[in-house]
Amino acid sequence: MDTASPEDNRVFNESGIEVKPLYGPEDVEASGGIEMLGEPGQYPFTRGIHKEMYRKRPWTMRQYAGFGNPVDTNQRFKYLIENGQTGLNVAFDLATQTGLDSDDVMAEGEVGRVGMAVDSLRDFEIAFDGIDLEKITVALTINGSAAILIAMYLAMAEKRGYDLKKLRGTAQNDILKEFIGRGTWVFPVEPSVKLVGDTIEYCAEHAPKYSPVSVCGYHIRESGCNPAEEMAYAFCIAKAYADDVISRGLKVDEFANRLSYNLNIFGNIFEQVAKFRAGRGLWAKIIKEDYGAEDPKSMWLRMIAGGGGGGLTYEQAEVNIMRGAYYALISALSGAQTMALCSYDEAYTIPTEYSARISLRTMQLLQEEMGLCETVDPLAGSYYIETMTNQMRARMEEIMAEVDAEGGIVEMVKDGRIQAKVSSQAYDMTRNIESGEFPKVGVNCYRVDKEDEHKVEFHSYSEADTRLQVDSLRKVRSERDDAVVKSCLDQLTQDAKDGKNAMPAIMAAVKAYATVGEMTNAMIEVYGHYEEPIRF
Amino acid sequence: MSGAKKKPIKIIIGKPGLDGHDVGAKVVARAMMDAGFEVIYTGLRKSPGEIAQLALDEDADVIGLSSLAGSHIPFCKKLKSLLDQYGLKEKLWLIGGCIPDQDHAELLDIGVDGVFAGGTRLDDIVDFINANVNEKKEAS
Repeated sequence: MDTASPEDNRVFNESGIEVKPLYGPEDVEASGGIEMLGEPGQYPFTRGIHKEMYRKRPWTMRQYAGFGNPVDTNQRFKYLIENGQTGLNVAFDLATQTGLDSDDVMAEGEVGRVGMAVDSLRDFEIAFDGIDLEKITVALTINGSAAILIAMYLAMAEKRGYDLKKLRGTAQNDILKEFIGRGTWVFPVEPSVKLVGDTIEYCAEHAPKYSPVSVCGYHIRESGCNPAEEMAYAFCIAKAYADDVISRGLKVDEFANRLSYNLNIFGNIFEQVAKFRAGRGLWAKIIKEDYGAEDPKSMWLRMIAGGGGGGLTYEQAEVNIMRGAYYALISALSGAQTMALCSYDEAYTIPTEYSARISLRTMQLLQEEMGLCETVDPLAGSYYIETMTNQMRARMEEIMAEVDAEGGIVEMVKDGRIQAKVSSQAYDMTRNIESGEFPKVGVNCYRVDKEDEHKVEFHSYSEADTRLQVDSLRKVRSERDDAVVKSCLDQLTQDAKDGKNAMPAIMAAVKAYATVGEMTNAMIEVYGHYEEPIRF
Repeated sequence: MSGAKKKPIKIIIGKPGLDGHDVGAKVVARAMMDAGFEVIYTGLRKSPGEIAQLALDEDADVIGLSSLAGSHIPFCKKLKSLLDQYGLKEKLWLIGGCIPDQDHAELLDIGVDGVFAGGTRLDDIVDFINANVNEKKEAS
């Protein structure tokens, strides 16, 4: 896993920190002692955000799922819930993610392919039919069109009689990381950040238990950055959103307790555990000292920490089941609130029911058989873990200072500097794996011939489901009151022009069954399209 | 100047459709540059029309597509008819990314010259281009 320095046999982890053969109390002392350790449930929360952690509430198991039309997805949701999944994590198709309707010419061949197709509120009504939204919390993996889909979720829940003041749930809604990796942006950088601010401000008032943003280090790590950078960049991004909302007059304690994180796991076990413990302490310190938060909940780093696809391999795909098990173990040892695993076949296809169930069982094994829920922060006190936690925190602070010195994360995203840095690291890593310098089982060592590879079963894509989705979209368009839709869309454009919070107008448009594409275009009129800086 | 310097192979690395996974495309683009090729990376979300037009305008030798979100077959069918229409049959046409084994034959039938699924080594792509780029031109 780690790279050795050829001159002197020293070993460094991916974050560039030297790993010693043995640690003792003097190493903990030299790295800063146990000043940032504290108790679980108390500032600075290095040991966990709750006193009793999994004794009181085990982590939520939230496999990413969604495909085809809302009827197909509703069935998969129910299958996962019947199998013991405790939360949903909704995958949307790329048309939905990029603000296009299912009958848009750019959506051809994409509808329902990598996630559920959504055009209007009707689709949300179908997808969540029969699912108790108080028992099962829902995370929406949506970014470029997040404001619209959050509005759909709130409108759907309200229609079913849920009190928005009590409604829980999460949207990914981290657009800055989409510009760095993942790529489902729609509008230029500045209005995109403003829209994230709109959702935070709107939810703080109308749906105060709803988490409108899950800041993602995950995808930046997938795009090539190292673990310390993953956490540091995520904090820089979270600060950019916080600064936007504070500039509108909100106080940090009015929204920070609803910010959450989505973080990645693959690589060195100890580096990963140290990353999460270090990150928890650092985030608490930033929110308390730099932002003046007083409510301890504002200081919590709540996270979904999941097994990353970046660690899984195309070769000997079944070995990814074991990789996933270690990633889940790391997540449990690190005090994650929610867990999801990329399934073993994800280098090939979206997961089948079978592979999704294996991922779910992997997490259930840890909860039921392995004692992971009994003791809080079980690796605390290890000289190695405590030293590495201190060193990772110091490294993250250095990286954040570097970003500040370069003008901040928003500026670095705008001109593509951060994209270039991350993709250059991805290239170096690819070369290191190909050369064998960075060992990867089944890839550059212990290979098998292609004919001995275990065959992966493919999730099948249905053209017929696409046609059903387009038919259903046309039916919605024919049944609604077009005059109301038009006036809602005009209002949305006007509010965007006036720099007002777009959410009230989006909510009204959603309730009138305006489509994702129509609402997106109403905003493009004002905001324009994002022009990607081509840097790598 | 000797005037004998060979013109470098020119390759377009394109991201078709709505797929946002660009790590692989950028890594391959870097590898092509290191191999001495002239590389034009399109960025995300290109339509078949945009890619065909760019290949025409730039007079590229190679068109490389990177697709990881499953829409490679419908996309390649549309691109094929445009390449024919624009008289670009002689371009060496490659695709890489998440391309299931069972789709390889269909892609080759459509007219793709090389399929590089997950697990491909960067130098294998470079070698394939060097070995085939002239042959394709002569055959057309």
